Amino acid sequence: MTDHATDTSPADRGYLTDKGFRSWALTLDHKRIGVLYLFTTLFFFLVGGVIALLMRLELLTPGPSLMNDHTYNVLFTLHGAIMIFLFIIPGIPSGLGNFFIPLLIGARDVAFPRLNLLSYWVFIGGIVVILASLVSPMDTGWTFYTPYSAKTGAAVATLSFGIFLVGMSSILTGLNFIVTTHRLRAPGLTWMRLPLFIWGMYATSIIQVLATPVVGITFLLLAAERLFGVGFFDPAKGGDPLLFQHFFWFYSHPVVYVMILPAMGIISEVIPVFSRKAIFGYRAIAYSSLAIAFIGFLVWGHHMFVSGMSPVAGVIFSFLTFFVAVPTGVKVFNWIATLYRGSITFESPMLYALTFIFLFIIGGLTGPFLGALATNVHLHDTYFVVAHFHYTMMGGTVMGLFAGLHYWFPKMTGRMLNETVAKLAWAVTFVGFNATFFVMFIMGYHGMPRRYAEYLPKYHADNVFATAGSWILAVGVAIMFANFVWGMLRGEKAGANPWRGLTLEWQTPSPPPTENFEEIPTVTDWPYGYGKKVVCR
Amino acid sequence: MNTLALFPDQAARSTGEVDAVFLFIVAVGLFFFFLTQGFLIYFAIRYRRRRGEPEEETPQITENGILEFIWVVIPSLLVLAIFVVGWWGYRDMVRPIPGAMEINVTARQWLWEFTYPDGRKVINELRIPVGKPVKLTMTSTDVLHGFFIPDYRLKQDILPGRYTHLWLQPEKTGTFVIFCSQYCGTGHSAMMANLVVVPPDDFARWQKGPAEGAGGESLAHRGEELVEKSGCLACHSLDGSRKVGPTFKGVFGHQVELEGGSSVVADENYLKESIVEPNAKIVKGYPPVMPTFKGTLSDDDIAAIIAYLKTLK
Amino acid sequence: MKGGAEESREERSYALDTARLGIWCFLATEVLLFGGLFTTYTVFRLRYPDLFHTEHLKLNRLLGAANTVILITSSLTMALAVAAARQGRRKRLRLFLLCTIVLAASFLGVKYLEWSDDFSRHLYPKTNLFFSLYFTMTGLHGIHVMAGMGVLGWLLARTRKGHFARASRTPVEIGGLYWHFVDLVWIYLFPLLYLVG
Repeated sequence: MTDHATDTSPADRGYLTDKGFRSWALTLDHKRIGVLYLFTTLFFFLVGGVIALLMRLELLTPGPSLMNDHTYNVLFTLHGAIMIFLFIIPGIPSGLGNFFIPLLIGARDVAFPRLNLLSYWVFIGGIVVILASLVSPMDTGWTFYTPYSAKTGAAVATLSFGIFLVGMSSILTGLNFIVTTHRLRAPGLTWMRLPLFIWGMYATSIIQVLATPVVGITFLLLAAERLFGVGFFDPAKGGDPLLFQHFFWFYSHPVVYVMILPAMGIISEVIPVFSRKAIFGYRAIAYSSLAIAFIGFLVWGHHMFVSGMSPVAGVIFSFLTFFVAVPTGVKVFNWIATLYRGSITFESPMLYALTFIFLFIIGGLTGPFLGALATNVHLHDTYFVVAHFHYTMMGGTVMGLFAGLHYWFPKMTGRMLNETVAKLAWAVTFVGFNATFFVMFIMGYHGMPRRYAEYLPKYHADNVFATAGSWILAVGVAIMFANFVWGMLRGEKAGANPWRGLTLEWQTPSPPPTENFEEIPTVTDWPYGYGKKVVCR
Repeated sequence: MNTLALFPDQAARSTGEVDAVFLFIVAVGLFFFFLTQGFLIYFAIRYRRRRGEPEEETPQITENGILEFIWVVIPSLLVLAIFVVGWWGYRDMVRPIPGAMEINVTARQWLWEFTYPDGRKVINELRIPVGKPVKLTMTSTDVLHGFFIPDYRLKQDILPGRYTHLWLQPEKTGTFVIFCSQYCGTGHSAMMANLVVVPPDDFARWQKGPAEGAGGESLAHRGEELVEKSGCLACHSLDGSRKVGPTFKGVFGHQVELEGGSSVVADENYLKESIVEPNAKIVKGYPPVMPTFKGTLSDDDIAAIIAYLKTLK
Repeated sequence: MKGGAEESREERSYALDTARLGIWCFLATEVLLFGGLFTTYTVFRLRYPDLFHTEHLKLNRLLGAANTVILITSSLTMALAVAAARQGRRKRLRLFLLCTIVLAASFLGVKYLEWSDDFSRHLYPKTNLFFSLYFTMTGLHGIHVMAGMGVLGWLLARTRKGHFARASRTPVEIGGLYWHFVDLVWIYLFPLLYLVG
């Protein structure tokens, strides 16, 4: 990562000037820490992706072919745990968030730079512990439901502790961002002038700070169950396995919004820039982020309609669940309305942003099937759920991340990506994604349960289709990453503001100097003042 | 290629309703799908700018109160409607059916065991008569499992240490698959059973035939023996009279007043709890003196006793 | 990051406010961490009232009460330490920090006696749900006390080097808030475990 270019003079390399291991490992620069996070999380994205490909390969035939059932169970656990804990949760918040929050609010760094570095190394520590648990790999699924997780021979206590550390890193990062947003905004940058990415990240950080400790204590209790024989979740000792599920989802449902809100923030930045148009409904988008974060804390029970929880609780959770749809819908409508009478160009960031909206609509509209009780009973724990959350998480969050990576690549590296290759990668990814996951909706309604190493022959054709799709998807992602590498080494020089954006990060050179801005800018207007003023805000 | 059909088989009560709810949400979803994607794609094409073309100055439209009001209110109403139809459909699925035949289901890694009222036990095959309601009382001996019949649109998780229920109302004869839907370890995907729905005559004949399982003695009968042997009758009467503890007569399914003012319905879970954790819920007006039978009575024993208590109307 | 030693008064109070906001966010996560345990306590207490009643009698109330007094006193000395830092009185600051650390150590000492007594009577975390909760809650709290002692020790070491005269008292204030939180948790734990039957 130190080898960005050979043909640039040191003066142009901004924060990338210093080389060597120490200058990265001990850096207090939020940009470098952001880059470290991005490399780490993207690496685990590729690892999780390769595991997914192996799983799809195994599912090419109904019976066991490549591996035995246990190996398959280990793989889907690793795929889930890696993608959730090591990629999606830290990916945008800690990676792009670290890099761009101070730049977007006109600050020199985050509020607590040392804490920021510490949280990165806690994250790495967590990863090391998680890797150590591979001596007897997990086969519990990423949900760790008890009592299976208390009984299996796998290294559950080790993994729990690793995830506890990763969660701690997530808490510290969220805390840092909340304080940064409150205290370090440039002069004149009022709350109503904040870029929407900041609003999304602010809501995200609140969830991280308030929800993560609950999963932390849950995993500690799970570890205590295995190490000391306490029995909070073990019915044989008077404990209650449903208590674990309540705790688990009290965190893991809000954390869904930790994954999606930052991506929504990216989309809110990209759409105005490439349609040269003021964002429509700024306040609605900003407040809906907070609304989603708030409602997100009240709906965890919709993961448990068939768990044995009382039907009354099910009805209440179902009712509350539907209210997440409203602020989410508002965002989608606002983005689309922003396009109206715009002057739109389709550079790669915009293509990914539009893809986000397209796929996220599908993911979002399949949500009510799972929120409604009658259909949930049938669809719960089937491939319908798998399809739904891949449309929101991969079609949503990951496309948002790709949009952000393409959008901010010039700022981070000072170089441009090859636009033709980027578009090719986009097209292949788009086709591959839909081929892989859309068919899973159909499989799911026909009853194929998830987490099945083997399946009935009647689902064979659908699975072959999905597996073929996964190869196309892999090719698309491979092209994209090749383009990233090429862009970093050989890309055209970018200049300070290749997309002609109005947010503050574009008002400083690419890559930015260590201090971000030569002089802290004074803000006089919101960052979406494209086009001709019709009405004054 | 069965999945080319729109729906899986509709083979029991409320499958039609579930599919109707599904279609309703599909209709709402398609409406929004075409509305949003339509505008998205239309705007993207209509307002595109080709490379090299000059940038047109765009109007700064930032808010529109009426439009935003509409797109908050209409989706809110529609999701409320979805919630309500989902709730109704669900109410019908979980509503108890009077006169149902009771079958106990024990899930363990990785097989299903079905125990009939006459004590007959069958592994991995649930045989029931068409048109007759069935109540499944399910528990697990080890980890979580899930009972799932796609053709019935029914699913319920199964937990160790407590009972969960499902009501079946089969409307078609045939063989249907029962999946384990809750991940339960290595053999999860192989944990399947057959639901065999036969005409009532065939079922009666099958019931008279030689027992395949360890049966022979009816569940309630075994429960009666256990109640006598375990000394329950010293404190609990069978005829409704008051002894040290409340009577067994008519206890199942009745509202029980507890110390502290609350009340519960005496269902399987309550009875089981009263046997293994007698002091967790004290019946109003009775002393908390019953010893625990945890460890003395096995899960199978408790199931038998509950079956017996159900017969004491 | 910070340039020279010359920090203006505004910058100092700005840094303090920033740090305070940070520690409050952190304490919010701590509340939720313990909140999970308190929820567990509530769930099982409602389910097994008798078990909780009979088992809690096996705890040593006297030692628990002594520990409560010790921790409340340590909160007082910590508050005095913060006041001393505000006034820039370094000697007093060091004295009260030391008092707080000693009190914290004696709390852990009493805890050690209690636990070894429990073990000698064959009361372990796996004995039953009440003792699972007792050991988990006091154990997690004990870890926090140790972490607090670490923070206080670090503060003491730095005062020795001559930091935290009036110029920058932020770390002392932050450490104080954390220490009060640790005490507060015990104020809830003591009645829940030792007294409420």
